[in-house]
Amino acid sequence: MRTKLISAPYTIWMTLFIIVPMGLVAVFAFTDKSGAFTLDNILRVGQYSNVFLRSILLGAVATAISLLLGYPLAYIISKAKASRQSIMVMLVMLPMWMNFLLRTYAWMSLLEDNGLINNLLVAIGLPRVHMINTAGAVVLGMVYNYIPYMILPIYSVLAKIDNSVIEAAQDLGANGVKVFLKVVLPMSMSGVISGVTMVFVPAVSTFIISKMLGGGGNLLIGDLIDMQFLGSAYNPNLGSAISLVLMVIIMICMGIMNQFDDDEENMGGGMLL
Amino acid sequence: MKLLSKIYTALIFLFLYAPIFVLIVFSFNDTETSSRTVFSGFTLRWYERLFQDRYILEALLNTLIIAVVAALVSTFLGTLAAVGINSMKRLPRKIMMNITNFPMVNPEIVTGVSMMLLFVAATRAMGDRDLGMVSLIIAHVTFCLPYVILSVLPKLRQMNPNLYEAAQDLGCPPIRAFFKVVLPEIMPGIVTGMIMAFTLSIDDFVISYFTSGTTQTLPIYIYSMTRKRISPEINALSTVLFLCILVLLIIINVRQAQDERRQKKAEKERG
Repeated sequence: MRTKLISAPYTIWMTLFIIVPMGLVAVFAFTDKSGAFTLDNILRVGQYSNVFLRSILLGAVATAISLLLGYPLAYIISKAKASRQSIMVMLVMLPMWMNFLLRTYAWMSLLEDNGLINNLLVAIGLPRVHMINTAGAVVLGMVYNYIPYMILPIYSVLAKIDNSVIEAAQDLGANGVKVFLKVVLPMSMSGVISGVTMVFVPAVSTFIISKMLGGGGNLLIGDLIDMQFLGSAYNPNLGSAISLVLMVIIMICMGIMNQFDDDEENMGGGMLL
Repeated sequence: MKLLSKIYTALIFLFLYAPIFVLIVFSFNDTETSSRTVFSGFTLRWYERLFQDRYILEALLNTLIIAVVAALVSTFLGTLAAVGINSMKRLPRKIMMNITNFPMVNPEIVTGVSMMLLFVAATRAMGDRDLGMVSLIIAHVTFCLPYVILSVLPKLRQMNPNLYEAAQDLGCPPIRAFFKVVLPEIMPGIVTGMIMAFTLSIDDFVISYFTSGTTQTLPIYIYSMTRKRISPEINALSTVLFLCILVLLIIINVRQAQDERRQKKAEKERG
């Protein structure tokens, strides 16, 4: 049938602007400035293993906190009245559509040493707490920016669970905790997995949050890449090598995650309106 | 238990909205020292300055042009692609879906730098001609396309395939059958995809940051503002943007609610 052909412009577009650029990253990663083949760039990435470890650690902590905070809310929303549900979902999404630079900027004024939170603490007679420019502030920024990506996919899976399944479990004598652990949680696993992926990937590769909330001391992979392409340490070859390693790490993480979930086109589905 | 979940919900929403609330309140802050933390009276001065700031307005105009063009192009290409993908056999469809999902799961920063490498090479090949907005539009179309496809595809799947064939059996040429039968059925998906592409484009910073060259867009301008001495203009700007987004989201939600109601009604009539 001819209808197959009408996706040709799309195929050409994606080849030109996704596949070819990715090929360029690979080429740059394995060549030096004169264009000769080299493994130096990839080997040099090893020097930055502490930055990689910090990014993965902070990203993982932020993902775990988002899951712990987000799951209960997703559950509460899914149990609310239908009309209430769509309003709550919209309220979760709304901050997401506000530019993340502005959201992060707002946290700067809250967390500063004489910022609003500290002023509040002093007003009620507590000592000031140093919060800005710490790893904790970076994690907070990540959780704040990406938690909607955790709540929405979990909610959309929880909302689809047939209530009669839960009732059946109760009829068969399972108590609340057991129903949750044996029925609800396993059935919502696909939502948890897309949530974890959707929070972990941007959190690991973020580069503005760390700059704004973490000061200079909490360099992440994203900052490293930024420095090689648009910053002082201009070196697109090394930058490409770092990007490549970052991609491989994320692909490995997602491969591990997908072991728990083999739904073909579920990825990102929860993010759709 | 009910009370507990109410308190919990309230706390999470407090966490989500407190910073936005602070931003909005301080956009009305009457102070010359542009303090972010002490409120010293009400003023609309920052809004006046905002609308007189030539750079902000120029960046806003660029952002809107790019968003409109990117939304139109990606909706057109994406709808065609979705129709094509929907009629493919299992294996080619799987390959296409993987290509479609790739930019969504690939770190944005990697997508950004990869396109930057392409545009730098292209600029050099064309004798250092400034790409201007073209590079940004291409980049935005590219990252919007998957979202358009993923909102059109489900509508195509829900559609009864016999309808299209029935129209052809009744003597309708394929192209006309597409416009008369298929297109109206998938229209809600197309509109949702287009609105999404538009908002994603307006909001994008990471990919624009690497592909913009010398063109200023609003997020890029905001970024340069956060690095310099900060003025409450930025708060005024966030408030205006927040209100625009609020209105857009309400429109989307109302549309969706109508859509669902229509579907339910249709189901009732059918069954």
